[in-house]
Amino acid sequence: MKYIDEYRDAELVKKAADEIARIVTKPWVLMEICGGQTHSIMRYGIDQLLPPEIELVHGPGCPVCVTPLELIDKALAIASRPEVIFTSYGDMLRVPGSSKDLFSVRAAGGDIRVVYSPLDAVRIAQENEDREVVFFAIGFETTAPANAMSVLQASTLGLSNFSVLVSHVCVPPAMEAILSSPENRVQAYLAAGHVCAVMGFWEYAPIASKYQVPIVVTGFEPVDIMQGILATVKQLENGQATAANAYARAVTFEGNKPAQAVINKVFHQVDRKWRGIGVIPKSGWGLRPEYADFDAEKRFSVEDIHPEESSLCIAGQILLGLKKPGDCSAFGKECTPEHPLGATMVSSEGACAAYYRYRLDLVQEQ
Amino acid sequence: MCLGIPGKIVAVYETNGLRMGKVDFGGVTREACLDYVPEADIGDYTIIHVGFAISKVSEEDAQETLKILREIADIEEELGMNEEYPDISETIER
Repeated sequence: MKYIDEYRDAELVKKAADEIARIVTKPWVLMEICGGQTHSIMRYGIDQLLPPEIELVHGPGCPVCVTPLELIDKALAIASRPEVIFTSYGDMLRVPGSSKDLFSVRAAGGDIRVVYSPLDAVRIAQENEDREVVFFAIGFETTAPANAMSVLQASTLGLSNFSVLVSHVCVPPAMEAILSSPENRVQAYLAAGHVCAVMGFWEYAPIASKYQVPIVVTGFEPVDIMQGILATVKQLENGQATAANAYARAVTFEGNKPAQAVINKVFHQVDRKWRGIGVIPKSGWGLRPEYADFDAEKRFSVEDIHPEESSLCIAGQILLGLKKPGDCSAFGKECTPEHPLGATMVSSEGACAAYYRYRLDLVQEQ
Repeated sequence: MCLGIPGKIVAVYETNGLRMGKVDFGGVTREACLDYVPEADIGDYTIIHVGFAISKVSEEDAQETLKILREIADIEEELGMNEEYPDISETIER
């Protein structure tokens, strides 16, 4: 496939890895923000092709993993109501709440439907006027244009039976939270390519400068990731710290302006709690007051939520790059993709799920 | 959830006031909203994410990336740095 096959060229990946090995003189810790990149790195063995000086730690860019437990519990409560058709991206269905997940609510009779696009949820609302259709609007800046458009569409179509349960998070505040931590080990970031396709990368220049860390916009194919790492290591070795773009075919400095306009029309900045990490100020988006009619939290009074995390799970430290999945005593034992204790074991973007799928042998040897 | 995939626009139309289209992913065709890429038309490649095109792929930049990496490869060969390496083609899934 065009724009995929040529970026999986083993020869080019090897050449980039050689170039990294040639220029590196001391150890560096790089964090890839996006869980999609973590999976690519594990799947293609990119970490194993790098010189020993380069350590990759895995970032918080897994929307399913950081959606707060309280909100999962609210989703479970709303989805259990008989008048509700609850719609969601597929990855959310197996995320453990305090006592159950959306799959078990569905098995108990809840009408829960997986949608590919938020516009599918709007269509379901049009087709089911006598039911309440709720869409679980989660994600980073990548899903925000789509989720925001579903609200605008419902508003345009005058749908009174559509609402959204919103938990949007934004990457730059999380990057700053990690860099500000006294335990921080991260010396450079591979920024999430598709977040930047929407938002551009102008937001990263002040962060790179303030904390003196290179931030390089990076894509998802093996050649893209190697190229991102190469550009990052070059900066580190030269003592530079700028925001740069190694994914120019999809990302511009200013990003997608029409998408940003719709996001800003529907959402505004709010404080958000990140699962396993805690509250990060101004780190997410919520519905603007003008769209409060579409707020599922207001429409369905869901009180009496007492979230309870597994005491074994160390997902929070993994999401901050402080620990790796192999450091967890429950990994592959009490916690597996079939019976996840934490969200990082569930998602196609979670670091624990990536290690379980591609590195189980290595972790068990340790 | 953030794994957008590049696909080729094969049809453009309007539904409920939104610019929609059919996008081909190497043989599999799906509907996508094209409202955020007004500059993209039939034959163009866009990155599709949860049913929305979020970016038009720049052919020029795509070629440039590959060219830069191939040039590194050429320089290394000229400098005689191209020793024997273990075959990684199995690591790199195709």
